[in-house]
Amino acid sequence: MSHFGNPEIIEEEVDILIIGGGMAACGAATEIMRWTGDIGLKIKLVDKAAMARSGAVAMGLSAINTYMGENDPADYVRYVRGDLMGIIREDLVYDVGRHVDSSVHLFEEWGLPIWKQKGNEGKKLTEGGKPVRSGRWQIMINGESYKWIVAEAAKKSLGPANIQEHVFIVRLITDENDPKRVAGAVGFSVRENKIYVYKFKACLLAAGGAVNVYRPRSVGEGIGRAWYPVWNAGSTYAMAAECGAEMTLMENRFVPTRFKDGYGPVGAWFLLFKAKTMNAFGEDYQAKNYGILADNGYDAYAAGPKMGTCLRNHMMIKEMKDGRGPIFIDTPTAMANLAKNMTPEEIKHLEAEAWEDFLDMTIGQCGVWAGENIEPDKEMSEIMPSEPYLLGSHAGCAGLWVSGPGDIPGTPDHYHWGYNRMTTVKGLFTAGDGVGASGHKFSSGSHVEGRIAAKAMVQFVLDNKDWKPRMSRSTKELAEEVYRPVKTFLKYKDYTTAIDVNPRYITPKMYQLRLQKIMDEYVAGISTLYQTNAKMLEIAEKKLEMLREDGGKMRAKDLHELLRAWENYHRMITATAHMKHIQFREESRYPGYYYRTDFMNIDDENWKCFVNSTYNRDTGKWTIKKVPYVQLVKPDDSEPEGIKRPAAKV
Amino acid sequence: MPTFVYMTRCDGCGHCVDICPSDIMHIDKTYRRALNIEPNMCWECYSCVKACPQNAIDCRGYADFAPLGHSVRVLREEEKGTISWKIKFRNGHEKNFVSPITTKPWGEAIPRLADLPPPDEEALNSPLLTYEPEALKVDSGLPTISKDQFKQGVYY
Repeated sequence: MSHFGNPEIIEEEVDILIIGGGMAACGAATEIMRWTGDIGLKIKLVDKAAMARSGAVAMGLSAINTYMGENDPADYVRYVRGDLMGIIREDLVYDVGRHVDSSVHLFEEWGLPIWKQKGNEGKKLTEGGKPVRSGRWQIMINGESYKWIVAEAAKKSLGPANIQEHVFIVRLITDENDPKRVAGAVGFSVRENKIYVYKFKACLLAAGGAVNVYRPRSVGEGIGRAWYPVWNAGSTYAMAAECGAEMTLMENRFVPTRFKDGYGPVGAWFLLFKAKTMNAFGEDYQAKNYGILADNGYDAYAAGPKMGTCLRNHMMIKEMKDGRGPIFIDTPTAMANLAKNMTPEEIKHLEAEAWEDFLDMTIGQCGVWAGENIEPDKEMSEIMPSEPYLLGSHAGCAGLWVSGPGDIPGTPDHYHWGYNRMTTVKGLFTAGDGVGASGHKFSSGSHVEGRIAAKAMVQFVLDNKDWKPRMSRSTKELAEEVYRPVKTFLKYKDYTTAIDVNPRYITPKMYQLRLQKIMDEYVAGISTLYQTNAKMLEIAEKKLEMLREDGGKMRAKDLHELLRAWENYHRMITATAHMKHIQFREESRYPGYYYRTDFMNIDDENWKCFVNSTYNRDTGKWTIKKVPYVQLVKPDDSEPEGIKRPAAKV
Repeated sequence: MPTFVYMTRCDGCGHCVDICPSDIMHIDKTYRRALNIEPNMCWECYSCVKACPQNAIDCRGYADFAPLGHSVRVLREEEKGTISWKIKFRNGHEKNFVSPITTKPWGEAIPRLADLPPPDEEALNSPLLTYEPEALKVDSGLPTISKDQFKQGVYY
């Protein structure tokens, strides 16, 4: 019989494995049955949690941030590249833009309540119902059950026999004969003493972005109040990297400015309620500091109020550095302005909207307000730039280098190698947070990207019908590796009298804290106000290498800790990629997110290009290179000068 | 806001264990009731609070920044399609909000892929996804970029 020290090994061969259960994986699960239902391919979805509440949308959302409606997807490309400082994969972004509305329309069909303008109530989007827009691309929803609804559709499509919840996949295995091809994956149950080994022809790796790589601002219980979900451990990036997949723009990060401590979202407050921000002295620091953008050439990526989000952070950080913080968001004035022409009934509704915005997606912020007796219509709140996050679906663009759709005219050869959303590893696909250089997809864009990848995977599998996956590693070896933290614990636990302090192993929790300390202090975390330089990075590199070595000495006293051990291993690989990319890019492309103090300028002549890397798991070596950026969509007059500059010659 | 469980209300059913995305709700082997084993990995997503049939789970604001004395309670009623919130401030002030969570009865408006005709080779090789182009609400198929939107030298 299996027990903690001796797990049962379950082996299964499928055609397609979907790793993850968030928006992208659910999109893939829903779409894939359309194309395989009649040919009988075997599909399996594996989620480390429960699909109804897994991924970044687990808590719910109060807006869908990507909906084209009346907009041209080419303008969506312009918006995304403006926000991400000029360097994106325009083919991928356009592809999301041209498909995304079909996912949003499906959500409404499945029961998601989407706000409509007056006179359009009850009219579906597909019937011409006009949504309430909080911005050009955003629409408001009652999204408490957003994920529940989307997961239900996915589960019903796929069928319960093809879903395995509470199993955490931790490693991908290459093919025995082709090191550039994926053939299998291994993971373990977080409930039972079981190891799962899957062999497949193709796989969708969609396991989210990376959270808690950096020391957060709250270090007690509040570590959990991360802006992005605390269970996103960089598994997508780490597993792909260890499998040899090329990554892109891993130097990019997102530092969201949010309501202090609770990390309540600011989108609706800025866009829908038109709230203004100010420094401690009531000054409009954005107007005041606009001039500083010119100091390092950042102004090339600002055209009036239109600028990359990082530049807004930059102006705020200037105030904090100069001692003019805290930064306030003036919620009372915003509410009062809106209430001017409203009936008492409408004002009550407005107040409810303000609270529900948080209750739908950041409940903890309501707790902070209630605990501090803050009513947003009466008292201002502080806002604050958070610790850094790595992701590819929200306002960041770290991730994997994937093939584009290919049918978009002007696509250069290095953007396209056959199957949409396939990485540089044959058979390995990704979507959502996994796809790099293509941010601002958000929930809806991630869902549709999962659908796009699903269809492409079916094409890939049909083209490789007779191919049999054979893994380059034996099941026995893999089982040893996956359960090593358990073995380490069982072997050494009685060596000392306190199980948490032992020279033979490190607890996953301490491993995480060690990683966070390195990243925070040397790789532009909050304690240096997002600044780093070549020397600091050199030290970080050395410390991270030792941390990697110690990764093999993590312990797991139970299955829960085994989960944490592997999550933190994934965080370490992801963090190392981030550090290496920042080290390689000798400019400050994203001021306000991070600064290379030894290269403070934006340097388009040399760096208006992608930075791509690959990792060799066997040698621990990284290979990093520049890859040319090709602009597809013509800049229009309203875009800033930097967008119009030629790409760097690579 | 880490979750906590009321000793007298929890019956150890395990719904919270199943639903928690962070794997931190576990059943205590001695008390046979649920507990949060890792409060600093709690995202306060309320998934367990909403799923508990006994209303036995609540949240207490993160002790490192939220002052005591407040509460944010929730009742998610699937059959009614609503979510109700009761917010109590530290100073005793209260606020109540109700909003819809769905417009359809659960489980009915699911995709019925089997009702669609089997796809042919052409459909499989086109960039169109299921229900497209109809679901895009455009008459002319997928949106395309007109030539004048492209950079010269890239496309023509």
